Amino acid sequence: MSLSPLTRVAAATPDGIARKIRGLSDRTIAWIFVAPTIFLLLAVNIFPLIWTIRLSFTNFRVNRPNNAVEWVGLENYRRILSDPTVWQTMQATAHFLIWTITLQVLIGFALAFLINKKFRGNDMWTTIIVFPMMLSPAVVGNFWTFLYQPQIGLFNYVVEFLTGADPASFSMIGDVNLAPWAIIIADTWMWTPFVMLICLAGLRSIPDSIYEAAECDRASAWRQFWTITLPMALPFLMLAVLFRGIENFKMFDLVVQLTGGGPGNTTTLTSIDLKREAFEKWRTGYSSAYAVMLFVTVFGLASIYVKALNKVKER
Amino acid sequence: MSYSVTEPSKGTKWLAGVLVVSYAIITLIPLLWIIATGFKSPTDSIAYPPVVVFQPTLEGYVNLFTERTRATDEMLAAAGPPTTWYDQIARDRGTVISGPSRYGQRFLNSVIIGFGSTALCMVLGTAAAYAFSRFKVPLKDDLLFFILSTRMMPPIAVAIPIFLMFRNLGLNDTHLGMILLYTAVNLSLSVWLLKGFIDEIPIEYEEAALIDGYTRFQAFYKVVLPQAATGIASTAIFCLIFAWNEYAFAVLLTSGTAQTAPPFIPTIIGTGGKDWPAVAAGATIFLVPVMVFTIMLRKHLLRGITFGAVRK
Repeated sequence: MSLSPLTRVAAATPDGIARKIRGLSDRTIAWIFVAPTIFLLLAVNIFPLIWTIRLSFTNFRVNRPNNAVEWVGLENYRRILSDPTVWQTMQATAHFLIWTITLQVLIGFALAFLINKKFRGNDMWTTIIVFPMMLSPAVVGNFWTFLYQPQIGLFNYVVEFLTGADPASFSMIGDVNLAPWAIIIADTWMWTPFVMLICLAGLRSIPDSIYEAAECDRASAWRQFWTITLPMALPFLMLAVLFRGIENFKMFDLVVQLTGGGPGNTTTLTSIDLKREAFEKWRTGYSSAYAVMLFVTVFGLASIYVKALNKVKER
Repeated sequence: MSYSVTEPSKGTKWLAGVLVVSYAIITLIPLLWIIATGFKSPTDSIAYPPVVVFQPTLEGYVNLFTERTRATDEMLAAAGPPTTWYDQIARDRGTVISGPSRYGQRFLNSVIIGFGSTALCMVLGTAAAYAFSRFKVPLKDDLLFFILSTRMMPPIAVAIPIFLMFRNLGLNDTHLGMILLYTAVNLSLSVWLLKGFIDEIPIEYEEAALIDGYTRFQAFYKVVLPQAATGIASTAIFCLIFAWNEYAFAVLLTSGTAQTAPPFIPTIIGTGGKDWPAVAAGATIFLVPVMVFTIMLRKHLLRGITFGAVRK
């Protein structure tokens, strides 16, 4: 006879303790269930956050543990704000964010709109389209460098095929002007399905009866799109933008494997710059301040955005 | 079939289908290219124009899993005839296999850390989610806020103190350290998703069980757990995929013993230029399981990627 482990544990528990367990109040059970989770979250999420904030006011360096740690106040923050490299990486991040979100929203929404036409096999094709976003960004980024190789890459071959340009004449990841677009293309390839899935949920949530009513009123398809489809899918679209915005603001793995931040600093997004400061130059205090500032930036922008999102939802 | 004004016309459906399928095929090309490159010889892999039809070989996979040394003709003659098919492939290139590569170990690390953290996350997450769903617990309303704010922090930013903390505890570059870290990273999301699934189970089932004389624990594992099984399974796959794909923490906190495959695959190099078939082989073995999981997950995909914000 096979018993479940739980039954065996129950059978092995001495009577006295068993009675005690049975007599536990709901309140105690709730605490037993929640305590380990809260402990782990405090230890690995909250504690490091507080530690980062504390370090950000010091000149601590991990690679020089014997140096005296001095309290420098807001000095680190002042230096970050006056550092031209930081502003350069902010610009690169903004360029990356604006273009990836624009492209992903346009393509993603269009795809969702088409899939919602319920042609045969649309479920299967949706699953296939979703593949790229489930894969490891680092491994995919590494492989895209192969596709972007100037003389042998598939991407350059396709460009030659379409435009007749010499495939050896340009390098997507080696050229200062092209590299920012190389990461935008790879990110769009990977994450458009994400926007598509959320938009699809939005489109499917619109009740048929509204379209039937519009049809009775003889509203044109064009008009139905602008007065029903788009406004009703808008909260979903905005949610997709929020998630993509947060994710791409902290983008690291895909881009670091694809371009490593180069050439020069053209694709050095904030996370890549932060990694250099923290784990290559080992300026721990300075990079902690950098991290706190990034967090405050995302947090501030996201809070404003969520407020706007809630307003749209209320309408 | 009943006539409906909202049903798109045949022509519309056909056009939409053609457009979506074309996009799907274009988006699949890079993935198919990875898989195909894994079966190419080094010459075919860097041929221009790119070759679509080629003689498949397992050389990339052999190179991925073995270390080889270049051998002279005399050495090859002295070593005797090749004994296995992979030996044969190495001999054809004038090399002999000197031992296994580190890829197998890295892949195994990914499996251990991925499954270990997923299991731990499910045990802790299900219990916490049950409590959040059924009892009055402090912090309940802050949970979603908590998830979102931890996800807003760039991993590199959290990595600094975690690196320091792990160094003090001796957890740097250990399986246990990575399992705990990935569990914590996944935990808030899992609790939130699982709470959504458990909320959907009618509370009357448990009340009936309690009246029948079950204790809370019995009601939990005999009534709630079986009902929540699909939800738990799909949440588990999400955790697994995250731990499987994670790169930033892995590259910063591990270097040898506990290094997973994502930081390792890009470091595969060959002699005289990058060995792209080996890289592609490594990527293929690593990516294909995730595609299988995606197919299994397709019904709950949306809920997972939007942190439960969109449930349909």
